Amino acid sequence: MPDSEVASVSQQPPTNRRLTIVQALREALSEEMRANPDVFVMGEDIRIGGSFLFTLGLADKFGPERVLDTPISEAGFIGLAIGAAIQGMRPVVDFQYGDFIFCAMDQIVQQAAKLRYMSGGQVKIPLVLQLPSGASGRGAQHANSIETFFFGVPGLKIVTPATPYDAKGLLRAAINDDNTVLFCVHKHLYGSKGRPLSDSALSIGHVPEEPYTIDLGVADIKKDGSDVTVVANSQMLHRSLAVATQLETEGVSVEVIDPRTLVPFDVDCVLKSVDKTGRLLIVEEGQRRGGWGGFLAAEVADHGFGSLDAPIRRLAGPDSPIPFSPPLEASVIPSEARIRAEVLALLQ
Amino acid sequence: MTLKVRTPPQTNLAPIGTYGEAFLAEIFRRMFLIRTFELKVNDLFLQGVMPGTIHLSHGQEATTVGTCLALAEDDLVTLTHRGHGQALAKGVAPSSLMAELFGRETGCCGGMGGSLHVGDIAVGALPAIAIVGASSAIATGVAFAFKRRGERRVACNFFGEGTANKGDWHEAMNLAAIWQLPVVFLCENNLYAVSTHISESMAIEYVAERAAAYGMPGLTVYGNDPITVYEAVHEAAEHARSGGGPALVECLTYRRGGHKRDDPSTYRPKSEVEAWFKQDPLPAFRTRLLSDGRFDESRLVAIEGSVRDEIDGAVQFALDSPFPPTSNAGTNIYA
Repeated sequence: MPDSEVASVSQQPPTNRRLTIVQALREALSEEMRANPDVFVMGEDIRIGGSFLFTLGLADKFGPERVLDTPISEAGFIGLAIGAAIQGMRPVVDFQYGDFIFCAMDQIVQQAAKLRYMSGGQVKIPLVLQLPSGASGRGAQHANSIETFFFGVPGLKIVTPATPYDAKGLLRAAINDDNTVLFCVHKHLYGSKGRPLSDSALSIGHVPEEPYTIDLGVADIKKDGSDVTVVANSQMLHRSLAVATQLETEGVSVEVIDPRTLVPFDVDCVLKSVDKTGRLLIVEEGQRRGGWGGFLAAEVADHGFGSLDAPIRRLAGPDSPIPFSPPLEASVIPSEARIRAEVLALLQ
Repeated sequence: MTLKVRTPPQTNLAPIGTYGEAFLAEIFRRMFLIRTFELKVNDLFLQGVMPGTIHLSHGQEATTVGTCLALAEDDLVTLTHRGHGQALAKGVAPSSLMAELFGRETGCCGGMGGSLHVGDIAVGALPAIAIVGASSAIATGVAFAFKRRGERRVACNFFGEGTANKGDWHEAMNLAAIWQLPVVFLCENNLYAVSTHISESMAIEYVAERAAAYGMPGLTVYGNDPITVYEAVHEAAEHARSGGGPALVECLTYRRGGHKRDDPSTYRPKSEVEAWFKQDPLPAFRTRLLSDGRFDESRLVAIEGSVRDEIDGAVQFALDSPFPPTSNAGTNIYA
């Protein structure tokens, strides 16, 4: 278990501070805990930082009463967080790996997502689950794209930030939201010490020191373009941007949209872009069957068919568990080469 | 395996002479209210008037009423799928409860919950959680918030003996104990999880034996006497309220009906049914009141008459109430 702060971030003047996603998340949580005594964080081994160092140093700052180490008891502590949220507290629950959320499936799908609805609005459940998501060389049980499983569950919101700037603003919005928010961050994007960091210009980036919020449900156009629209989130955003940047030098103009939140989904932003480009590629890491990309393709087919000059294309993870062997894992997750091939195929 | 028949425990009941008349009358009124409500619901269901499904609680009135009267008004209870009696005992209005069962807009959950999800948080009854085991951790979280905010309030988690084999329940018991949270785990042990007798699902005799494993006090009491239940729960609640942490109270009781509306309950041995039915909590408490000397027949008849009128009024209120507009199906998905 790593126990020290990330060392690799270069020291920049405060006007252009560059942080990793985990530093940005920690800053957002600290700001909210300072501002609101009802905010607390709980999870497994979080006094020493948690698996991805989300809470590193927070126990010293806020004390063990607000930074609670739990037993290995996911259903129990999620249920506990729901009860505390019903009473008006704002729990943030850190998962070592998002993959462990399935131990608490009933609490999330049947309780957190439905108690407000079936009670006729008598309760609110402001709860944030911090979930490391996606494949990272650990075999099938630590490689789930968590967001895919919960995408179809009414009553939950799902956020998948890809940049440090977005991570901070979105987490502050999530903590202040009156609903249960699944905050899924790809394991390659945190930038925690001892963890591989996605090799991208955006993995470490400018984060203003002052508090700010990014509304849930608002997509962001990460790169303007006119020939093809690529919608990609999380780690796939980084790969898509790398492809788009390269293609730009070859005379192909790709617009890259990060939905940032999957629920609610900013379909309008995609429709506007497709109206301009006429071509759409959707890229996600989770499995193809039941993925959010299928939903988006259907929405665009329903509401933007007239804008399309070519069939909608999708790239997604496999309809299989994720294999361990490194070349096999790499072969089933959409790569830059496959994204590039799909973009070029759309233009033919 | 042969089923071990469990007859009601022989017990010396606590004297009622030390309790005030108003308190005793209120116990009787609430027990009679639940009995009358449940039998009326059963009739309406058999007539085909009432939609959905129902899990009736008649026979268990002493446990729910004794428990809720031992709690403070602003304490919070979580309810089970067999929740009508728990809701009425905590003070949910019969009219809003009946309207909820009919799916009407005036129901305690606006018709969005139905029989399995009744409750009114304004009177400290969190709308019922109908998945066995799920409510224990949620009640523990409510207690966490009470303790964190320095409120002297208690959360009470109703559950059945079948719940005590669920992992969620064990996790909740453990969390409540390690963090010393003010929760009363209240087991309505009616011996059966649907058709499965407790002796077939546990290798121990009583649920309360499990409390010791988590480091909390556990007590098994006769659940068909409201005073016995009241005293046990009052002690547990004050223990929790004063910072002593959680406690488990197991009340031994028996449902008069089947698990749900279409269950004839033929799996229960006749000798067991007869033994428990002889100790029906409602006539037993009525007899105790009459033998106490402070109550006469006419006073109890008056209470019963007024409850019957109230239930008739609740049915009329429900039937006169509109269904929610279909557009309500899309409300309250998000806050």
